[in-house]
Amino acid sequence: MSIIRSLTLLLIALVSVLSLPAAAQEDDPGRQLLIDLAEAPASNVEEAINAIVSSGDPRARGWLEAYGNNRLSRVKNTGQVVVVLNNRGRDWEIANPLTGENMGDMSRRELDRVAINNAIRGQLEGILAMLDLSATDPDVREASAQDMMGKVNASLVEPLEARLELEESARVRNRIEEALAIYRVGEGNLEGVDVLAGSLHPRARAALNDAVRGDDPALATKAQQALGTIEQKLKLNRAAETLYFGLSLGSVLVLAAIGLAITFGVMGVINMAHGELIMLGAYTTWGMQQLLPGQPGLALILSIPAGFLVAATAGIIIERSVIQFLKGRPLETLLATFGISLILQQLVRTVISPQNRTVVTPEWMSGSLVINDALSLTLNRLYVLAFALIVFAALMMIMRRTRLGLEVRAVTQNRNMARSMGIRATRVDIMTFALGSGVAGLAGVALSQLTNVGPNLGQNYIIDSFMVVVFGGVGNLWGTLIAGLSLGTINQLLEPWAGAVLAKIIVLVFIILFIQKRPRGLFPQKGRAAEG
Amino acid sequence: MWLTRPFQERSTQLFLGILSIAMIVVVVLHLATPEGSALHVSSYTVTLLGKYLCYALLAVAVDLVWGYLGILSLGHGAFFALGGYAMGMYLMRQIGDRGTYGDPILPDFMVFLNWQELPWYWLGFDMAWFAFIMVLLAPGLLALVFGFLAFRSRVTGVYLSIITQALTFALMLAFFRNEMGFGGNNGLTDFRDLLGFNLRTDATRLGLFIATGVALAIGYVICRAIVASKLGRVSIACRDAEARARFLGYRVDRVQLFVFVVSAMLAGVAGALYVPQVGIINPSEFSPLFSIEIVVWVALGGRATLYGAVIGAILVNYAKTVFTGVMPDAWLFALGGLFVLVTVFLPKGIAGLLASRRKGKDDDSGTDDPDTATTREATA
Repeated sequence: MSIIRSLTLLLIALVSVLSLPAAAQEDDPGRQLLIDLAEAPASNVEEAINAIVSSGDPRARGWLEAYGNNRLSRVKNTGQVVVVLNNRGRDWEIANPLTGENMGDMSRRELDRVAINNAIRGQLEGILAMLDLSATDPDVREASAQDMMGKVNASLVEPLEARLELEESARVRNRIEEALAIYRVGEGNLEGVDVLAGSLHPRARAALNDAVRGDDPALATKAQQALGTIEQKLKLNRAAETLYFGLSLGSVLVLAAIGLAITFGVMGVINMAHGELIMLGAYTTWGMQQLLPGQPGLALILSIPAGFLVAATAGIIIERSVIQFLKGRPLETLLATFGISLILQQLVRTVISPQNRTVVTPEWMSGSLVINDALSLTLNRLYVLAFALIVFAALMMIMRRTRLGLEVRAVTQNRNMARSMGIRATRVDIMTFALGSGVAGLAGVALSQLTNVGPNLGQNYIIDSFMVVVFGGVGNLWGTLIAGLSLGTINQLLEPWAGAVLAKIIVLVFIILFIQKRPRGLFPQKGRAAEG
Repeated sequence: MWLTRPFQERSTQLFLGILSIAMIVVVVLHLATPEGSALHVSSYTVTLLGKYLCYALLAVAVDLVWGYLGILSLGHGAFFALGGYAMGMYLMRQIGDRGTYGDPILPDFMVFLNWQELPWYWLGFDMAWFAFIMVLLAPGLLALVFGFLAFRSRVTGVYLSIITQALTFALMLAFFRNEMGFGGNNGLTDFRDLLGFNLRTDATRLGLFIATGVALAIGYVICRAIVASKLGRVSIACRDAEARARFLGYRVDRVQLFVFVVSAMLAGVAGALYVPQVGIINPSEFSPLFSIEIVVWVALGGRATLYGAVIGAILVNYAKTVFTGVMPDAWLFALGGLFVLVTVFLPKGIAGLLASRRKGKDDDSGTDDPDTATTREATA
């Protein structure tokens, strides 16, 4: 096999040598470099490549990539080196590697591929990575150093060490050191193990695992210890990740339930259509994005007030048309609002579509915040978590510090007394219900970034929301916050060994049992408020 | 003695009379008229009516707890479904080696999941008597445990409603899991015969229809008997003034528990009769929507009347059959509208309308009316 390959190479080299050198019209040094590469016999290819690399030419990366992909060819009669853009069919599309100019199609018979053997191709990856290592953007440098982990070979050690001397960014230095350490551990070096013990990258672990299985006992024990340290750190990171997902799920629950905590907890109105108010908020986001195509971020921000207004308006309509007639009959209110929820669901199905709608995530909300190799936090969940806390704080402010909040609390505690003090109780009812509904709309806007927006969106959250409010203690906003976050976290903690559905069942059963034990929730109301 | 008392009441006599006449008419029309005749009741209709009667029995069970005990259960679908599953498991075992995979012991879905042997909770379901006991026992036990915990800690009102809903939701999620061994998503289906009768013949269908009617009559009489007994009086007292009943020395929690368990068992029987007629039982019967629908049947018919529940269940389900056939999209609008209209404009339901018309003639509005009693309590 290798004989055939050498023969081919020789043949190609011969052909290259025989072909006439093109006239030197330009003084571009790249031209000669490429010709040298094309004409180099197998033993000198490395030298030619190194010449290209050390030239510092910014186009070097493109040339070498083309070379590695078999896309570098010579025009048979002129000897010019070209890059093949498209090698399908009989005519190949080619371009000038020096200017990047497209030279149109040329019959493949007139072209002669610059040959590359597998040994060189294997090295080329490292060489290209080295080229990236000298890029100006530290992110590119870091990515390329990370790419190199586990791929370092003897020929790369020296250039890498040289690079390390020059490197200023600590992140990139760490990566290069890790890449070198992986190579050294492979060579039986003990100090490399210490470097790897501080890394969470899977390739570092792979290298250590290899060392443990290797036949050097001293190295094996040391590597084993290092793996132990890494495992510890990974556990910590995994715990942090679970906590993050738990808090994220909890923040969703809090958002969904906090509006209910106002209407149910403070007003005592059972609003089974609460989930559908959330759904309206989500559909408002979708509608906004339809109105402002191409600007999902702006649409999302505008959806926050819009979602609030839409849901609050819907809430006022529900309150005026149905709930006010059912005052003091909670079970009937429950049934009537359930009817409203069915109507709203079907309305969305009929008017918009029974299918889910896609809400675009704006660019600044997608992606994730990378903490280290083992832990990265998705940005959209982080935003929703922050949003939930802001909404909670704002509600707290409204209930504690504003005139409306004072009136709401007065009406809740003693309606008749509040009315005789001149508070218009009916108006307070409307405002409170509008506030609770509006917050449901806000929850919908946030949820549109995490889940599918469809007619069933509300249904999926209504039982959970009631559970959160009841678990936290009716009429207590702090209780709702703590209940939501802790239920979310418990759910996530259970998930790894119970699975998603079973975890949910366990949480539900837990709440059912908890309510038997403490019927008034985690934080029961005390004093006068409890009597109302 | 207490069981015979209902037969002396006019409303019970009337109800049983109308029910038996209606059943006889259906049976006669089905058997005596030729197919294609305008008066003929097809076998399909007989099964459909049988299904309505199951729902009626379920509604009576809900009315017993809601109307006479003041507990709005949003989880009665769970008891119905448990009874249904008990029956379904028996029917599954009856298939024997006639299934697709021909395994003499294991139902098809277990073979499909590569299960080697029957889970322990499936044992005994090949025997009819055992399965029929489980139809009562499974929902009864769940109600006993759940009710014991809830009533002991005095969870009532809206809280109880919400946790009953959470209960049926949790059960739905659980039964959706394949690992539970109840057929997961698809549930139990493809039944062949019941007590040796082929379920696909018209005669068996007619028999099931009659059995359901009889079960409804018995269930109705049992509920009437409970309501008319001293226990029933105490339960109405608990509904209207729980604290007062407690202070008078009645063990409120025991009364609640007893009535709740009886109601759950009746719901289980309804489920067990429902499954062979419909031919399938799957986790959707556990869905909170179904449970809350039952409540609206009762609300439409008029709570605390029992016969109102029967009227409501049959009317709403007839409307559902018509709507889903003619314009399926409109059904949820109609159902939702029904919820709102009934609660706002018709708080006493159809039975309330009937009663108010009768009121002119003889004044026997009585103490059974939950709403006047609640108002009295609130103003006291």
